Amino acid sequence: MDISRFHAAFFEESREGLQAMEAGLLRLESAEPDLDTINVVFRAAHSIKGGAATFGFRAVSDLTHLLETLLDEARAGSRRLDAAAVDALLEAVDVLGGLLQVAEHGGEADGAALNPAQASLQALLDGGAPAAAASGTPAPGTAPDKWRIGFAPEPSLFMSGNDPLRIFRDLADHGELEASVDDARLPPFSELDPFEAHLAWDLILPGTVPRDAIDEAFSWVEDQCALQVEPVHAATPAPAQAAATAEAPTPGEPARQVEADSSIRVAVGKVDALINLVGELVITQAMLTQRAEGLDPVVHESLLSGLAQLERNTRDLQEAVMSVRMLPVEFAFSRFPRMVRDLAARLDKKVRLRTSGEATELDKGVIEKIVDPLVHLVRNSIDHGLESPAERRAAGKDETGTVTLSAAHQGGHIVIEVGDDGRGMDRERILAKAAERGLQVPDNPTDAQVWDLVFQPGFSTADTLTDVSGRGVGMDVVKSNILALGGQVEVRSTRGAGSTVVVRLPLTLAILDGMTVAVGEEVFIVPLNMVIESLQPGPGQIRTIAGDTRVLRMREDYVPLVNLREQYRLPSAGNANANPIAVVVEADGRRLALEVDDLLGQQQVVVKNLEHNYRRIPGVSGATILGDGRVALIVDAASLGSTVPVPAAA
Amino acid sequence: MSTHNDTASSTAEGAGSAEFLTFALGEEEYGVDILTVQEIRGYDSVTRLPDAPDYIKGVINLRGTIVPVVDMRLKFRLPRAEYTPVTVMIVLNVGERVVGMVVDSVSDVVRLSAEQMRAVPEIGATIDRQFLTGIGTLDERMLILLDIARLMTSPEMGLVAEAAAAAA
Repeated sequence: MDISRFHAAFFEESREGLQAMEAGLLRLESAEPDLDTINVVFRAAHSIKGGAATFGFRAVSDLTHLLETLLDEARAGSRRLDAAAVDALLEAVDVLGGLLQVAEHGGEADGAALNPAQASLQALLDGGAPAAAASGTPAPGTAPDKWRIGFAPEPSLFMSGNDPLRIFRDLADHGELEASVDDARLPPFSELDPFEAHLAWDLILPGTVPRDAIDEAFSWVEDQCALQVEPVHAATPAPAQAAATAEAPTPGEPARQVEADSSIRVAVGKVDALINLVGELVITQAMLTQRAEGLDPVVHESLLSGLAQLERNTRDLQEAVMSVRMLPVEFAFSRFPRMVRDLAARLDKKVRLRTSGEATELDKGVIEKIVDPLVHLVRNSIDHGLESPAERRAAGKDETGTVTLSAAHQGGHIVIEVGDDGRGMDRERILAKAAERGLQVPDNPTDAQVWDLVFQPGFSTADTLTDVSGRGVGMDVVKSNILALGGQVEVRSTRGAGSTVVVRLPLTLAILDGMTVAVGEEVFIVPLNMVIESLQPGPGQIRTIAGDTRVLRMREDYVPLVNLREQYRLPSAGNANANPIAVVVEADGRRLALEVDDLLGQQQVVVKNLEHNYRRIPGVSGATILGDGRVALIVDAASLGSTVPVPAAA
Repeated sequence: MSTHNDTASSTAEGAGSAEFLTFALGEEEYGVDILTVQEIRGYDSVTRLPDAPDYIKGVINLRGTIVPVVDMRLKFRLPRAEYTPVTVMIVLNVGERVVGMVVDSVSDVVRLSAEQMRAVPEIGATIDRQFLTGIGTLDERMLILLDIARLMTSPEMGLVAEAAAAAA
């Protein structure tokens, strides 16, 4: 059998395993070590080791073996994981990541990093020879007299195709096997489900059998059973070990694992194909509805009710399919504890990271694209926002600064906030810098306008350049990335109390609530979340400035009026509406009135990519397909607002 | 021998002979490598694109995909570009992109041997010589063989972003 086709799954799982290990280790460092966390880390290491050994990635399995041994001791309570140990473990996790990368994509293994990592783990293992070794794990080399194995499979064992008898046969190959069965869980015959495993066993094997052989025999079922393997030394009475291993998995734990395992791994491509198909279905359904509009409701009653039913089902299907792509924002947040820790160490700052709302769900595509901007914002917070411990002490603050990362749903949006309790932004310095850079600053700028300056290209107020941030690139890239996702970003800051960057993003990139508007013969979609209001301007409401720039008077405000026909250079058709309608949109913090001929309605549209077969068009964020099969362009009000309105061509 | 032997020409010269879909633009007959042709459709109404040259007619919905449509008659500056019932659109698949190409009519599919394909003479024409793979002769017919992949992904067509065009 060619097992290389399982490689992808192994690498994917290993990456998740590494993440879990990293998160667990960081938790161990910051809090009182609890057995659950150690178990999580141990299990992750164990399954990577198993997989690596199966696929013949020796370097990976060797290193994980060391990791695992160390963790096993911690698990048994015979070793305390101090800061040094966690450091060594984290380093090993990094090296492991590198090795997996090499195994996956080929290339040269980083021997320079591997050896020290291995050495430091080995040193830990040798040096801190566990005190409890005598009662718990025997020193390597001294074979126990017997192995006592407690094996209690979960009821679901058979469902995964495992058979205890096969395991016992394997074990019996290694030496004489004594088995006694515990049928305490066996239900009355009338309630017996033959597909569930109800029995548990106590097995005794001679001490000559290597521990590895036992582990191997159970390797396929270890996450589906309570397993205790104890060496029985003639000198040590059994009860003592029972105490040492008392913290081995309890029946309560496996239940949780089963829940976690009830998911399947599907290639993103398949999900995307599904979403596309459903998108097509939505269009077809809209088309049918439109065609049926002219039908006599009395004659075609059953057809029309069928169509109504179809519409509901399509909507539900669409929602269900979209939710498949939704991931908790934790996927983006999970990398930060490690990053913050390393960064704090490098910058000699004390930083505490608080995250909240990790369960908030967000489209996978959005998550992938938001990671880099968030990394940048968090770096900025630590590097520029937080003061050094000495400064904080002097300011009467806790030496340890806090960086908060939170996510929450707000309407059709997700709001992610990156905050710190540092020094806050310095209004004067930003203004001075802006003047120095020759940036345009409004007179008597409000705070918000000043903070917004940091998003200008090339703006950086860091006094010294560090290798972390301060090269003057970044905030503008952050902003443009977020805008490209259809999001918004703003800064709140209080001098001495810290700053918060608020990022507001749409939940998904694939579907959008739009207002359909007509311009001549063409139909455009204006994203509904940008629309403030639409109105029919009265005679005195449209004024001109310098002859050709038109503004719309809205109550006390004047907003620039953009004629979509001129903006998009459409041929001026004869059927232009004599009484155009103004759709007022807000994008990028600015208001803009779009002059259109007619409002057609509102509908949910599936966003299609124009760049796939064409190129990006300024002022257009994408396209969609209308109910009649025609293509309509989606107005990108943000970029319309930023381009200088073209002078009236006609 | 031309120096750019990608897509269209590689098949032509590699196998010694190749099949071409021939179509008419005004009085001229053109040929494109049949392997780049995805399908042939009637001309549909298009959605106009802002800020596009006149020969880019707009985009259509091709079974859920947004496909740009180019009118080759306008691109090659032919005097007349009318839309009649026989006006057709050849949907091409070039360099992972799908592009529709409006032509006057589609004629047939012909196989040309290496001897039937001649080098392009030195001419000053609207169309750059780098987009031609050769001239095909078939009895009395003269076929202008286009390197359609190169043409459609060239910056000159304005169908792709500058950076992508440079990379293609």
